[in-house]
Amino acid sequence: MTAEPTSARALTFFDEVVANTPGGDSRLELCLQCGTCGGSCPSGADMEHTPREIFAMIDAGMKDEVLRSNAPWYCVSCYYCMTRCPQEIHITDIMYTLKRMAIREGLYKKSSASDAPGFSETFISFVENNGRSFELGLAAVHHLRYHPINAVKMATGMGLEMILKGRMAIVPTKIKGIKQLQSILNKAKELGGAA
Amino acid sequence: MKYGYYPGCSLERNAYSYHQSTLAVAKPLGLEFVEVEDWNCCGATEYFAIDAIPAYALVGRNLALAAQQKGDDKQLVAPCSACFLNLKKTDHYMDESPELAEKVNTALAAGELHYEPGSVEARHLLDVIVSDVGYDAVAEKVTKPLYNLKVASYYGCMIVRPRALETFDDAECPTSMDHLMEVLGAEAVDFSMKAHCCGGHMTQISEPTAFDLIRSILKNAVDNGADTIVTLCPMCQLNLDAYQSAVNKHFGTDYNIPILYFTQLMGLAFGIPAEELGIGKELVDARSALTKIGTEAPPKPKKKRPSKKALPMPSLLEEA
Amino acid sequence: MTKKEKVGVYVCHCGTNIAGIVDVEDVSTWVGENNENVEVSRDYKFMCSSLGQELIEKDIKEKGLTRVVVAACSPHMHEKTFRGACQRGGLNPFLFEMANIREHNSWATNDKVAATQKAKALVNAAVERTVQQTSLEPIPVEINANTLIVGGGIAGITAALELANGGDHVYLVEREPSIGGHMAQLDKTFPTLDCSACILTPKMVDVGQHPNITLLSYSEVEVVDGYVGNFSVTVRKKARYVIEEDCTGCGICEEKCPQKVVDDAFEANLGYRKVVYRPFPQAVPNYPVIDAENCTYFKNGKCKVCEMFCPTDAIDFKQEDELLKIEVGNIILATGYDVFDARRIKRYGYGRLPNVFTSMEFERMVNAAGPTAGDIVLRDGVNVPKSVAIIHCVGSRDKNFNEYCSNVCCMYSLKFAHLVHERIPAADVYNFYIDMRASGKEYEAFYHRLLEEGTHFIRGKVAEVTNAANLPEEEGKLIVQTENTLIGKQIRVPVDMVILSAGIESRHDANEVAHLFGMGCGYNGFFIERHPKLDPIATMTEGIFIAGACQGPKDIPSSVAQGAAAASRVSSLIKQGTVMMEPIRAHINEDHCSGCRICNNLCPYNAIEYHEDKKVSEVITALCQGCGTCVAACPSAAISGAHFTNEQLLSQIDGILWDVKSELKMEPA
Repeated sequence: MTAEPTSARALTFFDEVVANTPGGDSRLELCLQCGTCGGSCPSGADMEHTPREIFAMIDAGMKDEVLRSNAPWYCVSCYYCMTRCPQEIHITDIMYTLKRMAIREGLYKKSSASDAPGFSETFISFVENNGRSFELGLAAVHHLRYHPINAVKMATGMGLEMILKGRMAIVPTKIKGIKQLQSILNKAKELGGAA
Repeated sequence: MKYGYYPGCSLERNAYSYHQSTLAVAKPLGLEFVEVEDWNCCGATEYFAIDAIPAYALVGRNLALAAQQKGDDKQLVAPCSACFLNLKKTDHYMDESPELAEKVNTALAAGELHYEPGSVEARHLLDVIVSDVGYDAVAEKVTKPLYNLKVASYYGCMIVRPRALETFDDAECPTSMDHLMEVLGAEAVDFSMKAHCCGGHMTQISEPTAFDLIRSILKNAVDNGADTIVTLCPMCQLNLDAYQSAVNKHFGTDYNIPILYFTQLMGLAFGIPAEELGIGKELVDARSALTKIGTEAPPKPKKKRPSKKALPMPSLLEEA
Repeated sequence: MTKKEKVGVYVCHCGTNIAGIVDVEDVSTWVGENNENVEVSRDYKFMCSSLGQELIEKDIKEKGLTRVVVAACSPHMHEKTFRGACQRGGLNPFLFEMANIREHNSWATNDKVAATQKAKALVNAAVERTVQQTSLEPIPVEINANTLIVGGGIAGITAALELANGGDHVYLVEREPSIGGHMAQLDKTFPTLDCSACILTPKMVDVGQHPNITLLSYSEVEVVDGYVGNFSVTVRKKARYVIEEDCTGCGICEEKCPQKVVDDAFEANLGYRKVVYRPFPQAVPNYPVIDAENCTYFKNGKCKVCEMFCPTDAIDFKQEDELLKIEVGNIILATGYDVFDARRIKRYGYGRLPNVFTSMEFERMVNAAGPTAGDIVLRDGVNVPKSVAIIHCVGSRDKNFNEYCSNVCCMYSLKFAHLVHERIPAADVYNFYIDMRASGKEYEAFYHRLLEEGTHFIRGKVAEVTNAANLPEEEGKLIVQTENTLIGKQIRVPVDMVILSAGIESRHDANEVAHLFGMGCGYNGFFIERHPKLDPIATMTEGIFIAGACQGPKDIPSSVAQGAAAASRVSSLIKQGTVMMEPIRAHINEDHCSGCRICNNLCPYNAIEYHEDKKVSEVITALCQGCGTCVAACPSAAISGAHFTNEQLLSQIDGILWDVKSELKMEPA
């Protein structure tokens, strides 16, 4: 008879990424390192690590380096990588997972894309308060916080034009069921986890 | 044909002309859109980056509301690609993962809602028009064909991907909108960048990255002789239109190509006045491009006879 | 209950293959204690070893066993082994039964308790079945010495010549107008760079002239009846509209024919051919065919130029397909492969971007007898490329298309790079690969040669090929976008020409062909061999063998080796003269037969005869294949299948359900 394995393998960073991806079916373990994702990515040229490289780093347990990389924040959710991946890996979903983990671990602050989570956070704060997104508020808050010069450019240039064309609301719209939505979101936050 | 209708935040304001033109062409096509009451934002590409379960619950509320108000029909139309993808993806993932479905429904229960995966089918507006209405029915409504207008059909990313969601057109080389433009009398130009990314939110995170992408799309359309680029997503329209002057400044280029919604061109071809379609709201003025529309069909371009030495060109899969 | 038998049960450990999951000792003890028919039960490390077999022989002799059960692997592996042991011990081999507790059990689970439980049920079932089994004698069958070979590529040609040279007759059926297969299209062959036609055409000529080979080109197999030793095959010889006896192969018809079409077969779309044509000048046979679909006469009823000019009146527009019946003892399938259709990968632009070529187009382009007379040029037929990108793994190693490696593309891509270097010394050549696979004899050396020749090797699966230029140096070029995975950077390489190294696929009609010959076909369409390691040549159907790429992607040396191996297997059977067939046959009990004749028409082998005088049907044992169709169909239960009687099968089921049997009531139908 063969010997029983003495204990279960310790959980790795790789396991953590997989467990935090919806449905638990990221297929990340199938990566062939072919580079289709890195070649297809619209912002691939500006990423510090291509998605393929990120996957090799995840497998190597390089948690800090992965969560500090600008790569997840440069993902535009275009799904090219996921459509083309020869191993059908859920790459876009994994990128979302890495963003969440980077925020949770506070590591994004050390990344060159350190203001990217701020954009997402500002966006959702409007959604959480009103139920709808609010472009003017988003642009104003985000740029004042991170790019004051841009904020000035916005206010005088394209932003102004948008307002004049009636394409930007001055005040946000609030849905009727905002209380209901907030209860739902608060409950969801309590549940936590990926899925 | 009756559908649930989910306009999404952009169509309220920055893409109001898309909303306007959608409703304007829906009428003659016999499409009845019933707006989901008190819908909320879909979270775009931002909420998933922060917290997964609330992001799914946010979309879940819309699906639950749509399911509640639907009659016999379970179709929910979204004109915005990001909204469409989020609705479809949430439904699909809830269906695939009972664990996710349970969490989303526990959250929804806090708002006295429930959503059974599969009870609503999210559809993109373009899909409904080409698949349900059909090209022939569209052709019947054309009173002012868009003769001479050269159009680059720009699909962007989220309408045709990812493949796991079984989209209605090819993920790499979609053609449905090109055919639609031809039905309207316009000429669909070759456009390699038609399914590439417009940069999404990168304008806010890294302008050079976004500008590179925007420029390559504008350049490819102009190189191929397009008078206008038609889009089917507010984010694509915004990036290509509102950032065009910034891109010109950044690269020292002088692109001046108007970005319209496909529904606006449909409306024009149906004889609906431009102002009822929100034309004029675009930052890159479309008027000069639209003056190219002629009253007579252009002569069929003669097929160039290849030289004697030329090797035969393989046929495309669709032609075979 | 029937009389008590003395059953010997042997539970095999198979090293740890079975014993690692199944408690073999427990199974053996349990069956010995709980089944009254078991005389002796043992567990043993390797039952298939000579010591294991001797154990059985000894027990038969010493303990007077009347039945034997071995619980081990699949009967496909060792049924024959243990039947032999029984025979040597003096027991009829058909009183033996095997319980599969490996493939069906220990290999399928990690749950030891459940696996042991299942093993007990399977062993008990086998014991119950053997008690009902009866002695049977194998049936000798004579082998017809003629062989049918389907497919005239290099594998089929090799097999045909081997058998014919040995003195046996071969019918070689080829679907296309000429034999030669894909190899005839190729220019050079890797890694030695032999001219493909130079080494192939002598063999084609041999086939065409061999007295022992009947070549049926432009023909397809339609019906296959019979069994090993005695197959009866119907072949459709498609109308060529050329009288073979009168045609001298002078080629005047082809020269005078006014109608030209793109040749999507031999020239892989790159060139044109006439409507009356031979695929290539060295075609065997040398008679042309008329492509009726494109022929002006067939379409409009006018033209007949070929008929007018033919010096021997060999054109016959009224010719019709012929059905030929041939009798053979064995069949070799060498039906080859299809090339992956590169148009399916839209992002590589084939069919949309003129200067994207497929590998087969490039083979024809570099071939001196091809459409450009060997010149490497762009689609305009004039300009010479200064830079060429060769993209590996097109349609291979990709779950969206074919998951497997196509085996030959790395090597032919290296060959392409070499040919570009040779003919356009100033050109830059880029090979985009995922992994370089050069595992054949002298293949690695060829890879090194290309490194020396200065090919740029970029590790990265190409993301897309586009004509959308971003930079001035990209204008008017094809841009290959990929990640250079060795430096971790996205790159864009502008080139003049792109070659897509398309993979190998099973034939589009492989499933139908497998069905026609009564054999298996894997999910990706390649024919299933009897055993992936030890018998990649035979199939599960006796008398049917496979050779070449129809079994899986393969290069020329492997196809030739398998073709010769298949011939040798057939030769061996022919030399034996007779084979012993399993005596598994149907038998009709005349007393129970109502003469309804339902079975008569159902029998796929026409093996049932109706006796008008007695109003009963009878099975002709020599023709019956033991398929069991009639047994199942008989409304009076008058037909039984030897070794598969109702009693045997129901006892087996009873044995499996030993723990719940008392609650169920099962009676023979």
